[in-house]
Amino acid sequence: MALAKRIIPCLDVDKGRVVKGVNFVGIRDAGDPIEVARRYNEQGADELTMLDITATHEGRETMIDTVHSIAGQVFIPLTIGGGIRTCEDIRAMLNAGADKVSINSAAVKNPAFVNEASERFGAQCIVVAIDAKQTGAGEWEIFTHGGRQPTGIDAVQWARDMEGRGAGEILLTSMDRDGVKTGFDLALTRAVADAVSIPVIASGGVGNLDHLADGVLEGHADAVLAASIFHFGEFTVPQAKQHMQGRGIEMRL
Amino acid sequence: MAVIAVIDYGMGNLHSVAKALEHVAPNQQVIISGDSQRIAEADRVVLPGVGAMRDCIKAMHDAGVAELVHRISRDRPFLGVCVGMQALLEHSTENGGVDALGLFPGRVQRFENGLIDASGAPCKVPHMGWNQVEQTLDHPLWQGIDNQARFYFVHSYYARPEPRDQVAGLCTYQVPFAAAIARDSIFATQFHPEKSAADGLRLYRNFAHWDGRY
Repeated sequence: MALAKRIIPCLDVDKGRVVKGVNFVGIRDAGDPIEVARRYNEQGADELTMLDITATHEGRETMIDTVHSIAGQVFIPLTIGGGIRTCEDIRAMLNAGADKVSINSAAVKNPAFVNEASERFGAQCIVVAIDAKQTGAGEWEIFTHGGRQPTGIDAVQWARDMEGRGAGEILLTSMDRDGVKTGFDLALTRAVADAVSIPVIASGGVGNLDHLADGVLEGHADAVLAASIFHFGEFTVPQAKQHMQGRGIEMRL
Repeated sequence: MAVIAVIDYGMGNLHSVAKALEHVAPNQQVIISGDSQRIAEADRVVLPGVGAMRDCIKAMHDAGVAELVHRISRDRPFLGVCVGMQALLEHSTENGGVDALGLFPGRVQRFENGLIDASGAPCKVPHMGWNQVEQTLDHPLWQGIDNQARFYFVHSYYARPEPRDQVAGLCTYQVPFAAAIARDSIFATQFHPEKSAADGLRLYRNFAHWDGRY
């Protein structure tokens, strides 16, 4: 009897539509984030994360409408990330029905924004997203702009700093592994998870169900995030949970 | 049409709570209000809350909610959620010590950093995610929900499980703590029913049909 490790499907959304595609059996419209969110909810996902990759103001308004619709139908925690730059952005998402927001480059640009957001809205809804690349043995650096721009910041040190500033959770993505399907960067995950006392979500690289279990057992992650293995019906959330439980991990079945 | 009022005092997950109630009680009117008169006229009242205890209690006093809760919570079904539960106790150690509303004896304190659980894994703070709740009281709000069902928690402070006769549900994270408390027509949960999928919705449905007795 213990706290369950979480499985978090992740959707990339552009102008109110799921991109990179979702291909469930029986789904009517693979681009409708509301339908996709409902499907993952039915499968027993523990949380949902949606990353807004929209660049325009109009697109952002659409995202708020999407969050509003999902929150009226899906009763599990919902995290929204992408383009969160001000407390007004956070307020708009929380009012629309998001439970947490994920802050990425705005934290790199102005770390005090994390303090401000945490004090104003509470640490429980502030997730700091970290995109890291390996730069040496046991060394990882923060990158922004989709992994193109180095910052010179050490990832483990940065995670500690973000915890100190009031982050409630870390969403850690390995840029080396993202989309590669060879598994999480377990050394990175473990280095960060062991360095902070807040929960860490492992992200980037999942290609099979053992990768999810490894993220918890070897990476010490508190939650695992995945997109494509679920989107294309390769595996369902219940299959993932059964598999992880079979490897001795506490899950919500 | 029966009215369920979700108290708005400027702090809290009001919309999530209201949407969940609307979902399970389509034949009742769910209002979000900070108006004492309107809340006092409601058939059922929900006190949500997130964020820092000191800010929540201050906002409750400023909005006249503290006095209102004392006045109406024991004559109709009343539900506290998360910090809305913690606020019903006497005292919290958060923010250097905060006196709360005192409807339940006991105090709220922080989980310790750096502790490990029975399996040797570290207990991170906040306690975030799905944990099991042992139903320690036979209460109408648990109807149709399995004992040891999992609910979604996110909190760094917890209420000590005393006195036992007012604890409706127990959860263990480092230590056993009060996941739900009950007395008279008051029920309150540390977890978020509005984020706890089918079992959470069932608890709200039970609340929407509860007559305040157990």
